[in-house]
Amino acid sequence: MDAINLLFEGFALAIQPANLIFAAIGVLIGTAVGVLPGIGPALTVALLLPVTFKLDPGGSIIMFAGIYYGGMYGGSTTAILLNTPGESAAVVTALEGNKMARSGRGGPALATAAIGSFVAALVATVALAFLAPALVKVAVKFAPWDYFGLMLIAFVTVSATFGSSPLRGLTSLAFGLWLGLMGLDQLTGQARLTFGVPQLLDGVEVTTLAVGLFAIGEALHVASRHLYKPEKPIPVKGSIWMSKEDWARSWKAWLRGTAVGFPVGALPAGGAEIPTFLSYTMEKKLSRKPEEFGSGAIEGVAGPEAANNASAAGTLVPLLTLGLPTSATAAVMLAGFQQYNIQPGPLLFTQHADLVWGLVASLFIANAMLLVLNLPLVGLWVKLLRIPLPWLYGGILVFASMGTIAANPSVVELLLLSAFGVVGFLMRRYDYPVAPAVVGLILGPLADNALRRSLQMSLGDPMIFLQHPSSAIMIAIATIALIAPFAFKGLSRFQHDED
Amino acid sequence: MTERSLKLANRPAVVAAMVLFTVAAVTYWDASQMTARATYGMGANAASYFICLFLAVLGVGHLFTAFQTSAVDAEDADWKAIGWIALALSGLIGSIWLGAGFILGSALLFAFTARAFGRKSLGVDLVIGVAMGLIIFLLFNKLLSLALPQGPFERLF
Repeated sequence: MDAINLLFEGFALAIQPANLIFAAIGVLIGTAVGVLPGIGPALTVALLLPVTFKLDPGGSIIMFAGIYYGGMYGGSTTAILLNTPGESAAVVTALEGNKMARSGRGGPALATAAIGSFVAALVATVALAFLAPALVKVAVKFAPWDYFGLMLIAFVTVSATFGSSPLRGLTSLAFGLWLGLMGLDQLTGQARLTFGVPQLLDGVEVTTLAVGLFAIGEALHVASRHLYKPEKPIPVKGSIWMSKEDWARSWKAWLRGTAVGFPVGALPAGGAEIPTFLSYTMEKKLSRKPEEFGSGAIEGVAGPEAANNASAAGTLVPLLTLGLPTSATAAVMLAGFQQYNIQPGPLLFTQHADLVWGLVASLFIANAMLLVLNLPLVGLWVKLLRIPLPWLYGGILVFASMGTIAANPSVVELLLLSAFGVVGFLMRRYDYPVAPAVVGLILGPLADNALRRSLQMSLGDPMIFLQHPSSAIMIAIATIALIAPFAFKGLSRFQHDED
Repeated sequence: MTERSLKLANRPAVVAAMVLFTVAAVTYWDASQMTARATYGMGANAASYFICLFLAVLGVGHLFTAFQTSAVDAEDADWKAIGWIALALSGLIGSIWLGAGFILGSALLFAFTARAFGRKSLGVDLVIGVAMGLIIFLLFNKLLSLALPQGPFERLF
């Protein structure tokens, strides 16, 4: 098996003491930042990118893996102990987890979340290691038109298909695509939407957009709604270990959650919310004690948390093999890779095989470290939750703007950051999803390039997209995914009228 | 009378439509100014025109929803708190603009943001902000050799 050999080489790289330290630091700061209320994994990765700027690519990517998994884990701790999920995918964890914590079972809730995350990430990372090379074999044959078709699917599924309102999702996507126009065009060198400002020639940084929308937008939103009532984290009393019954009720939920989460993440379908909700309803149906749901059922934490992590690991499949981010976190990760001049995609596996497999091996190591370090350190994370909100948000804003000026020391960049913060606030206030904007910014220019390179190869004939069955099918899927929510809406309204 | 109340209830959608139309117009104007030409296929302005169209379609979509009753009810916002955060960000931007350095800027940012979240002791928060800015500056400029903006205070180190 080729993959196994390469994976062993990856482990040989990841297990070097310096890299182990990078992974440990990544896991610790990833969890520490992820635990803070209101900070989801996407923002955790975006905020901590500057920390890894000056390391060598290998070390920084390994640290990155730790930050990513740590951020995911930290989010579930906040959801359980504080009932303020940092991201939409943790909403379901908060549902049962917070109830468990309130009834004095915070320890087992954290434990099942941690072990479930570990199991899910382990299975999903194994699946990633075996699926990725197979997918790369297909992906090297992809022509620009196939990429264009794929990106259309990603655009539609991220913004329209699964959101509460396709119109608002598409508007958010359009905002991202519009920002993606800014700067010098890669093919012709034409400046677009720069309005004569030289700092805009390089385009808009994905991290600036993500930090502005997530961190500053969130701070404005929370401040405006007076959401800073003193909410105290629920103390973790008694044993943090799970009883025999907890284990018996959890392990199947972990595996089912993983089975639901990974495929959804691996498909360019975007979002970990769907698998978490799916897993929750599934566990509720299958549970032997369905009456406990709503008042703290352990399956309701174990399943969705596993689904969330499996889906997050699943998004790495399209990210690494195709360079296609399907969630805000993946988009920020892609921006991080690009900072080290690494372009994920099929070529990455041939050109930087050591790096890819080092990353995959680090994911295993980071995952194991999380399990070993985090349960004993739970007291420390709870202390972090006690930081008064005024100082917390002050600190977040200082750190956010620090990252922005460290990457690009200019006033224009700070003005952009503030402007994105205002937009992020308005989007939150009027219920527009934020993730499609980030995905649109990073995928927009790529889609533009794929489209134009296809048309150059066909000497300007747009039929090229329909003449190749692969791209024709993908464009058809994207069209169906775009129309479906509108059609179903019409359908359900029709049924409503019937009643 | 009913129509008027409907419109008022959905004012955000109308505003969003107006913003979308404006951005579409700006994009159209920008694309019409471009000079680079492609030999085959589409030039650099094609994507601009496409996004302009996309924005315009979304604008029309927003106008349609504006006449339906299902608007999102936004709660009242505390504009004072927003104002403090705006002041906090202006503090940082002004400080960098005038060359006063990162530490002063981040101290202002920290203290005013804390004020927006209901802290009353601005002086204490300023001191904390200076300490925090100093630690971040030392950590990143010296240890990780990132170039944070320097003012007179930062040059002492």
